[in-house]
Amino acid sequence: MSAPDHQAALAATQVLPGIPVDAEGPVFREPWEAHAFAMAVTLHARGLFTWPEWAAALAEEISRAQAEGDADCGDTYYRHWLATLERLVAEKGVTTPANLARYRDAWDHAADRTPHGKPIELSPEDFAG
Amino acid sequence: MTDHDHHHDHHHDHSDLSETELRVRALETILTEKGYIDPAALDVLIETYESKVGPRNGARVVARAWTDPAFRARLLADATPAIGELGYAGRQGEHIVAIENTPELHNMVVCTLCSCYPWPVLGLPPVWYKSAPYRAKAVKDPRGVLQDFGFALAPTTKIRVWDSTAEIRYFVLPMRPEGTEGWSEDQLAELVTRDSMIGTGLPKRPAEVTR
Repeated sequence: MSAPDHQAALAATQVLPGIPVDAEGPVFREPWEAHAFAMAVTLHARGLFTWPEWAAALAEEISRAQAEGDADCGDTYYRHWLATLERLVAEKGVTTPANLARYRDAWDHAADRTPHGKPIELSPEDFAG
Repeated sequence: MTDHDHHHDHHHDHSDLSETELRVRALETILTEKGYIDPAALDVLIETYESKVGPRNGARVVARAWTDPAFRARLLADATPAIGELGYAGRQGEHIVAIENTPELHNMVVCTLCSCYPWPVLGLPPVWYKSAPYRAKAVKDPRGVLQDFGFALAPTTKIRVWDSTAEIRYFVLPMRPEGTEGWSEDQLAELVTRDSMIGTGLPKRPAEVTR
């Protein structure tokens, strides 16, 4: 498998017109947005979902958020993107919502025990309790 | 350690990740463990967008400071409201401190690991900056790190290493390159790189940009 590259990323921005872009490609407001974007491009390259399938799931997440009062001014776009990722990996049987929650809690524990300024790394102890 | 001071007055003793950052890390870890993604390949892709995260407001702040002595004085006295004058606000409670390079003193910021890095001003932290070996070397041998990045400081220039705290985020005000007399703020902003605002690089030289 070849690693997803900038071309694959650009292709994604062409199929998914909602992605915030400038003349050169996608733009991000926070580092985690770039991570979420890159994960979706990678999973697409792996064949986990097609872009039309992704777009339909993302549209559902956005509609749901709007129904719950999200003004959708563009600043929450990648929040919906992340929710879509979490949902699709569960639907495809890659993991479960419970497992996602377990890892989320472990990272929280890891951050808590890591002195400020040191790299935050997961260790088995973070999964205890 | 005789040629630099290391400021390390942390008020918080642990790291900080937002709820969203926790979810992103959880997903990334699971996908890595299951072999769906290769973190190194992901970093390569993300690195493509390094300069695309955040509006790189810092370049405009630096260019203003180079052209407007009164602004420069306000920036060095209290950077948060000075940066606010240009319409840029960091996260709530964020206190930004600008530190000025001079021919005698070069400043370098090392703490970019969690949310203490002022990305709204500087853009996305470089991927290499997160590595533990780099950090360790930056603290022990900052002059060597700068050489790794291809620039040798004059032996008489001292280096000071700054480690951001939970409350204070530093950014470096680099020296204005020679040969830019009469340049506009817009032209000068083109010279300001992210690395020059972290202190691991210098601004571009006039010859490197087309006017």
